[in-house]
Amino acid sequence: MSIPIAWYLVLAAVLFGIGAFGLLTKRSALIMFMCIELMLNAVNLTFVTFSRSFSDIGGQVTVFFVMVVAAAEVTVGLGIVVAVFRKRASTSVDELTELKD
Amino acid sequence: MAHVAVLIPLLPLVGFLILITMGNQIKEPTSGWIATSVVGASFIATVIAFVLLLHRHSREATVNLFSWIRVGNFHVHVALLLDPLSITMCLFVTGISALIHLYSIGYMHGEKDFNKFFIYLNLFVFSMLVLVLANSLLFTFVGWEGVGVCSYWLVSYYFEKPAAASAGKKAFIYNRVGDLGLLFAMFLLFHHTGSLTYLTIFSHTSSLSPTTATLVVLSLLLAAAGKSAQIPLFNWLPDAMEGPTPVSALIHAATMVTAGVYLLCRMGPVLALSSSGRLTIAIIGAATALVAATIATSQRDIKKVLAFSTVSQIGYMILAVGCGAYSAAIFLMVAHAFFKALLFLGSGSVIHSLNGEQDLHLMGGLRKYLPLTFPTFLIGWLTISGIPPFAGFWAKGDVLVNAFEYNKALWVVGLLTAVLTAYYMSRLFVLTFRGTERFRGITHDHDPHESPWVMTAPLVILAVLSVLGGVLGLPWIHVSSIEGFINPVFGALPALSHASTTVQWSLGIVDVIAAVFGLLAAFTLWRRTEPWPLYESSFLYHVWHWDDFYDATIGRPLTAFADFSSDVIEPDVIDGAVMGTAVSVRKSSEGLRKLQDGLVRHYAVAMVLGIAVIVLFLVGRVW
Repeated sequence: MSIPIAWYLVLAAVLFGIGAFGLLTKRSALIMFMCIELMLNAVNLTFVTFSRSFSDIGGQVTVFFVMVVAAAEVTVGLGIVVAVFRKRASTSVDELTELKD
Repeated sequence: MAHVAVLIPLLPLVGFLILITMGNQIKEPTSGWIATSVVGASFIATVIAFVLLLHRHSREATVNLFSWIRVGNFHVHVALLLDPLSITMCLFVTGISALIHLYSIGYMHGEKDFNKFFIYLNLFVFSMLVLVLANSLLFTFVGWEGVGVCSYWLVSYYFEKPAAASAGKKAFIYNRVGDLGLLFAMFLLFHHTGSLTYLTIFSHTSSLSPTTATLVVLSLLLAAAGKSAQIPLFNWLPDAMEGPTPVSALIHAATMVTAGVYLLCRMGPVLALSSSGRLTIAIIGAATALVAATIATSQRDIKKVLAFSTVSQIGYMILAVGCGAYSAAIFLMVAHAFFKALLFLGSGSVIHSLNGEQDLHLMGGLRKYLPLTFPTFLIGWLTISGIPPFAGFWAKGDVLVNAFEYNKALWVVGLLTAVLTAYYMSRLFVLTFRGTERFRGITHDHDPHESPWVMTAPLVILAVLSVLGGVLGLPWIHVSSIEGFINPVFGALPALSHASTTVQWSLGIVDVIAAVFGLLAAFTLWRRTEPWPLYESSFLYHVWHWDDFYDATIGRPLTAFADFSSDVIEPDVIDGAVMGTAVSVRKSSEGLRKLQDGLVRHYAVAMVLGIAVIVLFLVGRVW
């Protein structure tokens, strides 16, 4: 017995929606990062799903790429967050508006 | 003969190259001697070429040098044209140049830029010889511009002085106007005859319609008016006296300013096609002669008197050209080169002895201090006044006889000018050499001293030439005279009824009476002890307000236009367009930049909305 493909896709859409909602509503940079990761993994899930369903290994390869890039992005992003935290004792992104001008 | 002919312009060029490349190694007198000797050698080469030409059957030789321009069917060969006209020009150009180079060694002694002066002078002689020897209008134009630029450099030789710098610019700009005429004449001739070579043009004169011929002649007249300082472009020459005196003598009296007369004589066969054009030339010449002579009567600067005298004498030459008496024009040109160079060098000697003072009112009584300058200047004065048997009498007489035959009114103007010439030259002479010594204030009670021999030797030689120069054109030896020698060059001369001997003699006597009248008038008016009355008109002193007229009609409107451009067009139109673009971009971006508020969440909303739009679009396409 196999789980229908739609379930996977619905799960991915739900995860993506949670991530997007979190990204739009939260002010803490750390939580926003977590939301972005959630969205990325939702996309990964759709890739793997379609890879399985179409028997195309390309989707899984792409997922590896996404994971590597996400790891690198998190490294840099967390580095910035730590640096900002040391300077300001806060991780609220609403206070970081100096670069607009 | 070809080799000798090439040497004529080549030697001054070599001198120029030596001086300009090794100028730092050569010290003061040496560079002057090098420059003088190359020009002297060029004179010797000219004499040899002249003798060889005399012994040839055909007195016309073209010496091909190289091919200059070759475009399709259009070929320009650089070649020298040797004929009686060009060789006569070369003889007096190189001869007088050599004398003036010699004189300059003494006159320019101790100048800071001694070498530079001789570099320019040699380049000038080279350009002048190119102008004279060229076989085509195009090659002549090279020399024409060459002498123009050398004149500019030499007039503004003392360029630290603002007056000298602006005089150089004035000379250059007036000459540009004339050059436009020469270019226009060249365009017309090339369009209608297909060539710029003199001999080819002359053999195709039939393809010029009368209107075209008149246009060509008037364009050439404009060119000549610019270069030879005729109405309406004569104002630059008096200002050009800011240059050193040898330059005034060489360029602005003897050689360059006669280039316009040479050009008109050279184009004689074209001039013959347009009688209205020639009448215009004669009128311009006569008018210039009279106007400049009146101005010369009221100038205080010794060199300015001589400058206006030069303008006036060239007016005579142009008048002769207009009458079709080319040989008379050339005869007067040669004689004028002798006596005017003599007078300028003599005035240079006077100025030299008075520590650079040029004001006639501050001279006087110099006769006993300048034992060599005085008698030579005396000869120059008698020559230009037209007293027989000096060259000026014969040359001027020749012009006046032709004017008498051509048009009686022009003859009267010429005669009036002769009276004025004798008057202003006598005034100059009396104020300089006779009367009380008014120079004590300048010389600090030292006696003025005679110049060194390098300066007086050319004076003596030129004085001898002024006395003997008349032999060149004595009316009763036609075969050997300049007239018989040169006339074949001009082809068919415009019909002239030659005056009978009786008429010639009586006109000669009238000339003498005119000269003596002017001379006596000046002596009675000016040979008084101080305080003498001033017979100087402010109107004439200010050159008929000619400069003011140009200033009002051309200068001020141009300045006003320039001011308008800089005050209105530049800030409002040009800057307005440029700044307006920037301002409108900034204004329109002010609304847009509000979108960039620095809040990450707003950017995230934008991205999510963007994704939503893309997804909706894709979904819409599928359905």
